[in-house]
Amino acid sequence: MMEILAKAPVEPVGAVTYGTAEGLLGSVWLLVAIPLVSAAILLLLGRRADRWGHWLGVASVGVAFLLGLTYFFQLRGVENRSVELSLWDFIAVGDLRVDFGLLFDPLAAVFVLLITGVGFLIHLYAVEYMAHDPGRRRFFAYFNLFVAAMLLLVLGNNYVMLFFGWEGVGLASYLLISFWYVRPAAATAGKKAFLMNRVGDAGLLIGIFIMFATLGTTQYDEVFSGVGSLTATTVLLLGLLLLLGAAGKSGQFPLQAWLPDAMEGPTPVSALIHAATMVTAGVYLIARSNPIFSANSTLQLVVVSVGALTLLLGAIIGMAKDDIKRVLAWSTVSQIGYMFLGVGLGGAAYALAIVHLLAHGFFKANMFLGAGSVMHGMKDQVDIRRFGGLAKYMKITWLTFMAGWLAIIGLPPFSGFFSKEPIIVAAFERDDWTAWLFGMAALLGAGLTAFYMTRLFVLTFHGPARWTEEIDHPHESPKLMTIPLILLAVGSIGAGALMVGPVPEWLEATAGLGGGSEAAHETVLSHLAITILSIGVTVIGAGLAWFLFRRGTATEPQPAGVLVTAARKNLYTDAVNETVFEKPGIFLTRALVYLDNRGIDGLVNALAAGVGGGSGRLRRLQTGFVRSYATSILAGALLVVAAFLAVEAGWLV
Amino acid sequence: MSDFPFLSVLTVAPLVGALVVAVLPRRRPELAKQVALGWSLLVLALSVVMWVTWQTGGDRFQFRESYPWIPNWGVNFTFAADGIALVMLMLIALLVPLVILASWHDAESSKRSVPVYFALLLVLECTMIGVFAAADVFLFYVFFEVMLVPMYFLIGSYGGHQRQYAAVKFFLYSLVGGLFMLAAVIGLWVVGGKTFDWVALSQVDISTGAERWLFLGFFIAFAIKAPFFPFHTWLPDAGGAAPAGAAALLVGVLDKVGTFGLLRYCLPLFPDAARWFAPWALALGVIGIIYAALLAIGQNDLKRLVSYTSIAHFGFIGVGIFAFTSQAATGAVLYMVNHGLATGLLFLVVGMLVARRGSALISDFGGAGKLVPLLAGVLFFAGLASLALPGTAPFISEFLVLIGTFSVNKPVAVIATLGIILAAAYVLWMVQRTTQGTLNPALTEVEGMKRDLNLREKVVVAPLVALIVLLGFYPKPVTDVINPAVQATMQDIGKTDPAPSAGTPQEASR
Repeated sequence: MMEILAKAPVEPVGAVTYGTAEGLLGSVWLLVAIPLVSAAILLLLGRRADRWGHWLGVASVGVAFLLGLTYFFQLRGVENRSVELSLWDFIAVGDLRVDFGLLFDPLAAVFVLLITGVGFLIHLYAVEYMAHDPGRRRFFAYFNLFVAAMLLLVLGNNYVMLFFGWEGVGLASYLLISFWYVRPAAATAGKKAFLMNRVGDAGLLIGIFIMFATLGTTQYDEVFSGVGSLTATTVLLLGLLLLLGAAGKSGQFPLQAWLPDAMEGPTPVSALIHAATMVTAGVYLIARSNPIFSANSTLQLVVVSVGALTLLLGAIIGMAKDDIKRVLAWSTVSQIGYMFLGVGLGGAAYALAIVHLLAHGFFKANMFLGAGSVMHGMKDQVDIRRFGGLAKYMKITWLTFMAGWLAIIGLPPFSGFFSKEPIIVAAFERDDWTAWLFGMAALLGAGLTAFYMTRLFVLTFHGPARWTEEIDHPHESPKLMTIPLILLAVGSIGAGALMVGPVPEWLEATAGLGGGSEAAHETVLSHLAITILSIGVTVIGAGLAWFLFRRGTATEPQPAGVLVTAARKNLYTDAVNETVFEKPGIFLTRALVYLDNRGIDGLVNALAAGVGGGSGRLRRLQTGFVRSYATSILAGALLVVAAFLAVEAGWLV
Repeated sequence: MSDFPFLSVLTVAPLVGALVVAVLPRRRPELAKQVALGWSLLVLALSVVMWVTWQTGGDRFQFRESYPWIPNWGVNFTFAADGIALVMLMLIALLVPLVILASWHDAESSKRSVPVYFALLLVLECTMIGVFAAADVFLFYVFFEVMLVPMYFLIGSYGGHQRQYAAVKFFLYSLVGGLFMLAAVIGLWVVGGKTFDWVALSQVDISTGAERWLFLGFFIAFAIKAPFFPFHTWLPDAGGAAPAGAAALLVGVLDKVGTFGLLRYCLPLFPDAARWFAPWALALGVIGIIYAALLAIGQNDLKRLVSYTSIAHFGFIGVGIFAFTSQAATGAVLYMVNHGLATGLLFLVVGMLVARRGSALISDFGGAGKLVPLLAGVLFFAGLASLALPGTAPFISEFLVLIGTFSVNKPVAVIATLGIILAAAYVLWMVQRTTQGTLNPALTEVEGMKRDLNLREKVVVAPLVALIVLLGFYPKPVTDVINPAVQATMQDIGKTDPAPSAGTPQEASR
């Protein structure tokens, strides 16, 4: 364990080369093509596919998962464990050569398994969850579109392909958040998500431009091999722009505000896109670009700071929310903060962040689907103050949710203990006083996580029932929903312990991630002390929440102190966005519309009216069209003659 | 086959068709429509043959023909196409039949003759083909001006609200620009050895002062036509008042004459002046991107909104042209094609919505997706193409313009990149206010809103949607044609792409 926690030196990786995909691996493009074709069929056939469309959607992801597994095992036998597949010249102009190409390496492979594996279970669940929705076929079309785009994102062999998938998942996310588009809140939330993501996307794009301007390429292998020749400033700038893109997609500070609003979408969407997969694309981007991030320690410090800040921010806000999905959403923000912390620490912590990402994919998807199951049985109620005592009415949901709860708060032997605690240890391993800063932040975050998750769990499943009147008998969900829950719960329990060893080892073949063989770095506290501390804060946080909420809570908003009020209002981050960007923006567009009509166009019309001899003439010009045409011709002729004279006389030359 | 006089035949054929349609009896409007559609399809078929005949990697100018016109002045009917003209000709030939089909019932609400409407569309096609096919500066100028006439009548006679005002404004504004160009054309004739032949003129050495004045004469005409900020205010009026089909051609093709003119005339004929004025042109372009996008966000009229988005897109094209790198210039040309497809589609779909509702005001819609889901879906798709989402063709062109500009001018490229955020804002807000949210009760009472896309409308949008996706994944067939012409233009102005500056201090400061 200690060996893989070693910190890699801050220096560029050597030359990066990928093999060529041959044999079975040559068909790796099928992973993207199958869900994409399925989405196209569902959209193009329209109502004709209503009866069976959802099963096509489920099957396409299932097949992709089986293929992914096959490729995964194939890859083990390949030297370097990294193969490229170039499909066609995407963009080829001058020196710019962008390949429509794929890269299948250990990092891509684990993402493929996560996306298609968890994705398949959530697709299956959605068949039942969306059964009564008239738009179910459209839902599955968008869901398939998402899977295809996400697979392209992780499989691309250059940054333009990544951007292609990146925007594709953004589109799918928009479509699914505003799936119930007649609800104004859903339409607004979708737009907000897309817009905030575009801010990050602009950063990512400029980063790609820098790669081309300095290295003349956007292919992963060439960029990573060339990082060493870049100046420190260029690397810093490049990394910060990639980080901006990552922050947008992953809901990290300062672009976190869209993610909780994204809960307006159907719950399976929240589980797959806004918890398990898409929002972790930022972590993927940083892990994939590790040769860039590892090459500049300032850059790493910024990533670590963003991660630490966001993990605390998300946890604090999560403690004050009453909407079951929003608590889980802020929890996602917070947990991805841990992953950013991990990838920011660099070295062996890259792999730890990926382990946490995979574990989180299981337990958070599990809990979101559990929340969906609760809502299903409670007539779409989402307010945890209106639940209570559900444990005996929905036993499977309760037990599976419990697995997720124990996993996220990180008690041994559940998966969070194996995936989150090593990141906390790694944070304490930094060279200077920042070890204390980031280590304590990560430790504090663990306590807060235990508090808000226990509050959610207790208020939902235990204590007295506080249901609204129309609910007489809550019911457990059908099998099609509980089976995915059970499978995900098994994953939540076991995934951490099973993955913490083999996954980092497997990832070592990924370009730049093989630096874990150096001697372990000293932590400022002993490993044992940190483990005891982190279990301690978890028990304290969970115990406190249990004590406070075991008898339920008030069903109406209660007066609160400064901190709780601030947390309820998302620590005023939305208010800042509104006053700094939204309101001035609206004012600016209105002012410009006025200016354009009165200013520039006013000038144009005044000029025309002046030529025509008095205002008001312009509107009547059509009656005297020939006359004005003649005037114009005369003016033109004069101009021509003058020009001729000028040229002949040599004034202008 | 390469000896066939494609360009003159393509220019004249729509004119003949127009005459045939115009003399058809006014009480047989269906026949007029069918003849016009059939004729435009023939033109399309011939253009496809021309495309196939084109030799990629062959001469820069192909299909050259020349006939004497006014020998005393050295004016000839000279036609020739380079790759840039070829792709624009294909765009015209593709869009016109679709516009005719989309405009099937547009002229019926007007008191004017239906056959004349379709005849005017064919006349417009003739002038548009002529202006891109001309290789004689005087011939180009004549087509450039004559093109205004059919569009003037299309807007003024068949348009919507404020059509007379918009038509006159469009006509006069363009005419003023044309006069500047006329002056420059004559000036060029004087200093260029009394010839109007493009090839001859491109060999001429002109003194610095004269070159700058001549450049400016052409530039102002093209900047008005394109239009670039601050010469843009005629476009929202014209685009807002024109029938949707005519607006699609106006923004999709006719305005491209401005950017095409910059590439064909301003850059190769006045290379030194082009380099001298480039910073100013880049500034106009980048201001246009941000300014017009902000204005588009603030519009409450669908057609005016689309017009403003186009002004922002023309800003991108302008930046691409004046960045002088092969990526940016290829991007700009590709942008001209892709924008024709995407904004053409957007205008046509908006036209279908407006025709159903009887109003172009966004506030008259709301929740329309519930009533016409397919139409709303196509509107959304056209919006995605307009905001240059990867997977749609405009992404490639916008990406090329930006990446090509970044390698030589970072501030311009960075500001222009911010335009992609604003593009998302105007598209998504427009989509939200028209098709999403609570259903506007007034909509349910409008008879037209009960019908989703019919077969005719599906046939109109399907080829555009398919092409936008196809070229979004595989742009090579178009870029292969454009690339050599762009390389030649780069040589004309004496610019080469910068080598990647791997961050070594001396090189980075270059």
